[in-house]
Amino acid sequence: MSDTESNPIHDAIAEAIAEHDTILFMKGTPEAPACGFSARTVAMLQSLEAPFAAVDILPDPRIRQELSAISGWPTIPQLFVGGELVGGCDIVTEMYESGELAETLGLEERESSPVEPVANGVQSSGLTQIENRLGS
Amino acid sequence: MPTTEEIKQRIEAALPGARAEVEDYTGSGDHFRATVISPAFAGRSRIEQHKLVYGVFGDEIGGPIHALSLKTQATQEPGAIASDEQHAAATT
Repeated sequence: MSDTESNPIHDAIAEAIAEHDTILFMKGTPEAPACGFSARTVAMLQSLEAPFAAVDILPDPRIRQELSAISGWPTIPQLFVGGELVGGCDIVTEMYESGELAETLGLEERESSPVEPVANGVQSSGLTQIENRLGS
Repeated sequence: MPTTEEIKQRIEAALPGARAEVEDYTGSGDHFRATVISPAFAGRSRIEQHKLVYGVFGDEIGGPIHALSLKTQATQEPGAIASDEQHAAATT
């Protein structure tokens, strides 16, 4: 919390959230989730065929620290849409079941507005960006 | 290691008028699931409701409490409790 101004991880996370319409911070990767909550959240997004960027928070504990400082949310996963925290696994599950998730993700407009080509499901740029800046 | 009873009591003590049900769903004393009903949730988004509950435990979430899965409901929401509120709002 003290030196957020000169904190490259903090900045990288904030940028990743701003740059991606839908971004999921998770444990592991969409292909190999390392936690049941992350796995469930990925599965819901994939079942809606929602394109999303994913960031694995496990490689460096500072990612999680900074993420929670930004979002005010203590647990992983965390789903952001349009720069706003939507929630973790519980909230995403409730929204998935009520149909609200598809709405929030803007999926009803999918056919009419083909956005930039994104590999169905996962866009991996979010993954690399943050790790690259860790200088590891 | 926190117990379900401790977690329940801490939530109920911290949030005025709250009723909590807590279960340890892995039996390992670190993964909990809580259903919390409180008038304090009225008018707040789900995110804010969950943050209120997480706030009770601070750094313990992710530490001794590995996971706290939440379901929250404002006391006055239709369906939460049989109430005499008009449910016009719910059927728009």
